Amino acid sequence: MAKQQYKAVALLSGGLDSTLAVRVLQDQSIHVEAINFYTGFCVEGHTHAIRRQDQNKVKRNNALWAAEQLGIKLHIIDVIEEYKPVLLAPRHGYGSHLNPCLDCKSFMVGKALHWMQEHDFDFIITGEVIGQRPMSQRRDTLPVVARESGAQDRLLRPLCAKLLPPTLPEREGWVDRERLHAFNGRSRKPQMALAQHYKITDYAQPAGGCCFLTDASYSHKLADLWQARHRRDYELDDIMLLKVGRHLRPSPDFKMIIGREEGENNFLEGYRHAFIHLRTPDCTGPLVLIDGQPSHADLELAARITARYCKNRDQARVRVQITPPDAAAWELDVAPLAADAIPAEWLL
Amino acid sequence: MNRHTLDARRLLCPMPVIRAQARVAQLQAGDILDVVCTDPGAKNDIPAWCRMHGHRVLAIDEHNREITISLEVGSGE
Repeated sequence: MAKQQYKAVALLSGGLDSTLAVRVLQDQSIHVEAINFYTGFCVEGHTHAIRRQDQNKVKRNNALWAAEQLGIKLHIIDVIEEYKPVLLAPRHGYGSHLNPCLDCKSFMVGKALHWMQEHDFDFIITGEVIGQRPMSQRRDTLPVVARESGAQDRLLRPLCAKLLPPTLPEREGWVDRERLHAFNGRSRKPQMALAQHYKITDYAQPAGGCCFLTDASYSHKLADLWQARHRRDYELDDIMLLKVGRHLRPSPDFKMIIGREEGENNFLEGYRHAFIHLRTPDCTGPLVLIDGQPSHADLELAARITARYCKNRDQARVRVQITPPDAAAWELDVAPLAADAIPAEWLL
Repeated sequence: MNRHTLDARRLLCPMPVIRAQARVAQLQAGDILDVVCTDPGAKNDIPAWCRMHGHRVLAIDEHNREITISLEVGSGE
């Protein structure tokens, strides 16, 4: 009788750890397919995709690229809506910023469990390593993920499995526990050595991790959005716009999103239909979106700030065109605001 | 064989792939899907996704800032 082909579904970010976890299981002739959940906060080179000066940089989805190198299928799954409760009310709270890492991991493993059951796979693997991350990858939190996701002992972490109780695939002999690993702590040396063993040389190493929610500046802008709207909620467009441009809040009533270069202006163009927008028709300058409910005085201030970032900022007066989303454009003739007249606390 | 168009303009990676994946799931083998995008990352990502799922990229055309990736739906996963 032919040996049964066991099947594992991997959570694959495209980083080294998840790539190695797949490779270790491939070594044991396990059929692996990968899934990658898109929350809207994933760092995927969006800034590079938008900014003109970065147009020559190679742009690729890290998980897709890693899956292709590993020779496995990747399924990218949109979880933007389902992810909202995870971020808005995390049971285990946030990390250093607005990163709900422990709830996030449990959510993703739980989603992977559903996928596994629907597609008749046998178990789930992740690239988690004990002690690698301060919130979700500690000895005391790894069991929380297994329990709260519902995956229980069908969740295998090949890189640190030997430090954990044997899981179902190990106990049943689907995988050989002795050929798994006992990586521990924040050192990357064991992973680097294993990568060298497998001749894996090119993998994603995003600065600050793979999630915008671990970024202080991004989290600050998201918290400001919630405060200004008096509610904790968001749409995909909101969280995309937080990645683009210079964000200034001169008053609680409105925020300015100021394109910093041609690529960002082009991207913001796509949102003109939904926002009041400002531009300087007589010279090169930013496209500025206004988020909120500005008064006439607020718009005058916004026009002076817009003029401050245009090419004619040194002139005494600059013409600024203001276009509401559903009304005719009108103009103001304003004195550009001096650079030192923009308080640091306005910058988000 | 039917030809279809998917508007993925203004969407950033990986949304063009996600939308293409969902649309392809509704099509028949041999159908052609033209995915219109503005994120240059799609030029790498959609062909990579096609290679691993058995679909074929027929052409990639760029005009101004719009990229059209034409793919032929494969016969099965």
